[in-house]
Amino acid sequence: MPEAANMMTLDWNTIRIALGGAFCLLGALLCIIGTIGVLRFPDVYTRLHAASITDTSGAGFVLLGMALMAPDWIVIVKIVCVLIFLMLTSATSSHALVNAALTAGLQPKIGPMRKGQPEDEALP
Amino acid sequence: MMMAALIALIVSMCLLLIRALIGPTLYDRVLAVNSFGTKTVLLIGLMGFVMGRPDFLDIAILYTLINFVSTIAVLKFFRYRSFQVPLARRGEPRVEAQVTGGEPNA
Amino acid sequence: MHLLGILLAATAFWMANSGHYESLMLGFAAVSVVLTLILSLRFKIVDREGSPYVRLLGFLGYVPWLTWEVLKANWVVIRACLRADLDISPALVKVRTTCKSDLARVTFANSITLTPGTVTVEIQGDKMLVHGLYEANTVPESFIGMDARCARAADPKGAAA
Repeated sequence: MPEAANMMTLDWNTIRIALGGAFCLLGALLCIIGTIGVLRFPDVYTRLHAASITDTSGAGFVLLGMALMAPDWIVIVKIVCVLIFLMLTSATSSHALVNAALTAGLQPKIGPMRKGQPEDEALP
Repeated sequence: MMMAALIALIVSMCLLLIRALIGPTLYDRVLAVNSFGTKTVLLIGLMGFVMGRPDFLDIAILYTLINFVSTIAVLKFFRYRSFQVPLARRGEPRVEAQVTGGEPNA
Repeated sequence: MHLLGILLAATAFWMANSGHYESLMLGFAAVSVVLTLILSLRFKIVDREGSPYVRLLGFLGYVPWLTWEVLKANWVVIRACLRADLDISPALVKVRTTCKSDLARVTFANSITLTPGTVTVEIQGDKMLVHGLYEANTVPESFIGMDARCARAADPKGAAA
């Protein structure tokens, strides 16, 4: 029965397509989690931590999934380029953002968060 | 599977737009837009794979770099209120940046 | 010397991204590489920082460890995002680095920023201001390991302790 034999053999192409899809979905879910954090956290500095989930593991897993599904090596090279650029630029722009916020006089909230604490208001 | 990932990405982008719209300070908005750009890069790449044309990744690379430059440019503009601030370079006399008036917070 | 480094990097980048190797396309490649070189000469960015290939091997050893650290820190922040009650307690701490060179310090600061839950806010000399999501995880002692690895990966030989 050749068909049954075909069904039983798990060849590498099938595995990598399925695994790639799973990794892409995982990365996209991590993006949603990071966005929920951005919506929930109380001030800019803590929101930045939530956004860095998206930038590191969310993007990493999506790109890993795409690399698993890549048809040839040139696509993998491009994905690695995207990954390197994303890691370098996200760290730098996070630092620039938080440094600009501190220079502008936005004070971070320190210490344990109380329940029902109001969000920060826009400075006049 | 890929379609689910695409939809999840689009949902998270929509949620992020809320933060960009209501964000109390300027920096919340810049943060939201920067994160939005990262998700756009992922969306372009995934879209290329769904449509069977991975060449879209070239556009994704470009978008990564332009996203970074635009974030830095916006932050620099709201810090100095100008794009014409010369940066100090090693070995050259430092030009003092003139910070003009205006509240840096939107 | 540094010009040669940039030339090689630009050519490799073009080759890796194009995938077309006809003579016409290679002609365009040569033109664009030369244009890039002329532009970088005009911007005066052809120096030691423009082609940092000396310590590539050190960085290659550092990246897997950093990836594992990032994954571990991700788990903490994901739990913080999904908790029903917001139990975060942000903190600002001063961290002193033992890195000597600029490159090692930048690597250290960028690694702190890349790890979710901690962000480098300001650098002055060898002191860094770090903002963290949890007070318990953000103490100066928790960055000693990363500091030592950065110094080993990026500092010039002999300077590392």
